[in-house]
Amino acid sequence: MGAAPIRVVLAKLGLDGHDRGLKVVARMLRDAGMEVVYLGLRQTTGTIVDAVEQEDADVVGISMHNAGHLTLAPLIVAALADAGLGDVPVVIGGVVPDEDLDELAAAGVGAVLGPGASAVEVVASVRGVVDAGVRATGD
Amino acid sequence: MQPATEGRTPAELLAAARDGERRAIARLLTLVERGGGAADAIAGATHRLAGTAHVVGITGAPGSGKSTLTSALTTLLVAGGRRPAVVAVDPSSPLTGGAILGDRVRMEAATVAGVFVRSMATRGHGGGLALAVPGAVRVLDACGFDPVVIETVGVGQVEVDVVAAADTAVVVVTPGWGDAVQANKAGLLEVADLFVVNKADRPGASDARRDLDLMLDLTEVSGACPKRRPVIVETTATKGEGVEDLLAAIDAHHAVLVGGTGLEVRRARRLAAEVRARLDHLLGEAAGQALVEAGPVAGETTVETARRLAGRILGTGDTG
Repeated sequence: MGAAPIRVVLAKLGLDGHDRGLKVVARMLRDAGMEVVYLGLRQTTGTIVDAVEQEDADVVGISMHNAGHLTLAPLIVAALADAGLGDVPVVIGGVVPDEDLDELAAAGVGAVLGPGASAVEVVASVRGVVDAGVRATGD
Repeated sequence: MQPATEGRTPAELLAAARDGERRAIARLLTLVERGGGAADAIAGATHRLAGTAHVVGITGAPGSGKSTLTSALTTLLVAGGRRPAVVAVDPSSPLTGGAILGDRVRMEAATVAGVFVRSMATRGHGGGLALAVPGAVRVLDACGFDPVVIETVGVGQVEVDVVAAADTAVVVVTPGWGDAVQANKAGLLEVADLFVVNKADRPGASDARRDLDLMLDLTEVSGACPKRRPVIVETTATKGEGVEDLLAAIDAHHAVLVGGTGLEVRRARRLAAEVRARLDHLLGEAAGQALVEAGPVAGETTVETARRLAGRILGTGDTG
């Protein structure tokens, strides 16, 4: 068997209606051969955790354009850990000021992709956090 | 906190999954999808445990409302104290192998209600399903989910695999989908156990129903299809309208199957279809390999090349 495709859950968390970026990223990851479980707008930590668990996702990508990343990113990292899914890396995409990067890294966010990130950068970042993880293949 | 899945054998995962650990269920489905030794072990273990669940297939054109309908249906099942699971299939890119699995977007109500939903990419398999669907259904069945709902990719006219994979096949159409001539074309409509006219709040719903009814009348006149006449249910899935009628019709069809020999016939057909799909897959791989190793040569027609390669694969020399 060939290598199994990377499975990515993509969502927007909370009240944030700007999903164009998420759709672009979904397309970039699809065209890189990944399987994208697309949740779309107005998800909660609960619906994202359910999806990561049931879909056996390798990584979760959250798009944030509402300046809530310092509040919301730690919440989703903690919610995954509480569900026993702390080994699934979280990638944040969106408008994140440089001075917030250290705080997000300290909160357990695996990578941050800002405006203007190219397809190559997006794909490399997602692959990077998956490859850096310790998830066993189970077979 | 649940234990991580790392380092657990398929048997250990299955025991945990049958105790209700959702991550173990999800990991089993991943292993089934990947194929290979672990998938074989899971197939062996679940084969004996499965067979209880009513397997419902939901199919129809892209955008006909399959996911919304599946969400409303399974939410209603949970409210009735049942424990449904969903396998939702979307297509893989033939170019990159990637996929956008978007069915959960329309299934928020079901996931909030606690329905186990798994998205699956076709990974190159035709017919509206993924090769791993029967194995995944068996895992969910063995874990106590009942019914198991299979939602196919958006289909056209000939993708009828779901019929072989399910006990009850539901075909979803919408107002404006076609006329009486479309309804009489061979293919998907011949094999439905139940029809849903979804988006029934839109103009043309009664026309769609009439065209289906006419098609079913002609089926009876021609005598080509001796089975029970399919029921037609009108729904507006976004508002939940008609979903109780759909559930009642699905349960009624199941009761008919259980009451007679229908269930055994269909399950035997399902196993045969699964073996056939696996066989096609293996032969397809062998065909690809043979083509690479001993492809067309000058002076040979395409038919001659195909026959030569078939002989090579089957070990019988030239099959012509």
